[in-house]
Amino acid sequence: MSDLVVNDVSMVFETPTGEQVHALHDVSFSLKQGELLSILGPSGCGKSTLLNIIAGFLAPTKGTVSLASTELHGPGSDRGMVFQQGALFEWMTVAENIAFGPQMKGTPKAEIDATVNHLLETVGLQDFGDKPIYELSGGMQQRVALARCLANDPDVILMDEPLGALDALTREKMQSLVLKLWKETGKTIILITHSVEEALFLGEKLFVMAPRPGRIKKQYSLPFADAGLTQNPREIKASPDFIKTREEILSMIWEMEEEIMGLAATGTGG
Amino acid sequence: MTFLQTLKMKAGFGTDGLTKRKTVTFGDTSAVADGRMWSILSVFVLSVAWYMGSALELVNPIFWPAPSAVWEQFTYISQEGYRNFSLWEHIWASLYRILVGFALGCLIGIPLGFAMGLSQLMRGWFDPIVEFFRPIPPLAFIPLVIIWSGIGERSKILLLFFAALWIMVIAARAGVGSVKLSKIHAAYSLGATRKQILYYVILPNSLPEIFTGMRVAMGICWGTVVAAELVAAESGVGFMIMAASKFLATDIVVLGVIIVGLIGYAIDILMRKLEAKLIPWKGKA
Repeated sequence: MSDLVVNDVSMVFETPTGEQVHALHDVSFSLKQGELLSILGPSGCGKSTLLNIIAGFLAPTKGTVSLASTELHGPGSDRGMVFQQGALFEWMTVAENIAFGPQMKGTPKAEIDATVNHLLETVGLQDFGDKPIYELSGGMQQRVALARCLANDPDVILMDEPLGALDALTREKMQSLVLKLWKETGKTIILITHSVEEALFLGEKLFVMAPRPGRIKKQYSLPFADAGLTQNPREIKASPDFIKTREEILSMIWEMEEEIMGLAATGTGG
Repeated sequence: MTFLQTLKMKAGFGTDGLTKRKTVTFGDTSAVADGRMWSILSVFVLSVAWYMGSALELVNPIFWPAPSAVWEQFTYISQEGYRNFSLWEHIWASLYRILVGFALGCLIGIPLGFAMGLSQLMRGWFDPIVEFFRPIPPLAFIPLVIIWSGIGERSKILLLFFAALWIMVIAARAGVGSVKLSKIHAAYSLGATRKQILYYVILPNSLPEIFTGMRVAMGICWGTVVAAELVAAESGVGFMIMAASKFLATDIVVLGVIIVGLIGYAIDILMRKLEAKLIPWKGKA
């Protein structure tokens, strides 16, 4: 099985002024294939750095990342990325964007067409294949981004605040789509978000990270993602369990934020 | 909409429903229609003024000829030619020089700009060279170019190549710089190779900047070719103007000036149309 193992990863870099920044300190965890992990944390906790290391865009100063027992170096098509926005290719149509990955690999055209048509349907864009990207709304663009990633059939999907730029209603619809795709495809997903509600609703596992040095402060195992497949999302988000966990995490993040602010105010920060 | 309103919209006075209700319009550039009617009127008024000025003999024709005289020269030269070449040959001579010089400038400039955008070595190496030559008006090289390759085609094309080169280098470099890192990252995690990323991502992504550069370069080239022909040439619109001025044939001079203006205008319209067709996503991403 394609398990993802992050082993003892640290990231230290120097600012131009010679200051040492510990973006990540001894982060270790593993995900079984098909698990959905969401990561929360105040800004500067290293969650984006962690995602970039797993994606292969950054090399950690210490530690390793491996997928299916193979150590990873550099980016690869076994790990797909979904960005917040602006990562689609405006000079291509919706269908051409989705076909990009298989096309780069030289997959036969008939096979690509079948994949693209299937995915257009999966993300609810069957009539938009020939449309240029810039004519689509933000929500539709993120649907294309998801489809483009899936077309390549990666083992792991890394999402860097994929729904962050969407309005509240579109965002809720997209959360359900992410759950649906997760269930249907059985992909391992790591999702970074700023929304506690989103992290709780989507994450089977949830990490709350803390800054200075960046580390996993608390881990949760959550029942909501499974429930979200069958039950009404609004009811889940209004359930006492959900609200209790949400408030617990929110106050944890608030405390961290205040600590950062306090350090900055007294000048002992950094 | 009433007929009058439709007519007003068509004429470019357009005030659509919402604009009409706006209480603040000064500074709201979306409320400024293109005013095509005014353009037509301005051309008309200038033409009438020209015609009246010469009909009433307000201006000495040596300083500024009558429209009829320019028109006569136009019909005469377009049939009989001027100084061994037909009018079309003169126009084609200028256009040909531009097209070749401009094309060479793009051919060398765009890859060089790309290299400077993508490699530290190339950027460092070529930066002082580009930055030194860029602000020098190409006309300053005329004496050198004439010494190197005489007054034939080669010297003109070399000059125009120089005029277009630096603009295209800088445009292509800016184009490469405008690519969002997330697009590059996305392409890598979709399994694209460096070559594929260059061809399918960086190149199309920089087309808007490259096209803007091309429009600027075209304008500069057109101006440069006329000026170069003023100095040394045996054909071309600039040559026509220069040769006529030696005989105080102001009507031919003005004819040449009008031809230069019209062709320059036409080239820019063509480039804009091409841009809208080739880069429909410009400004919408």
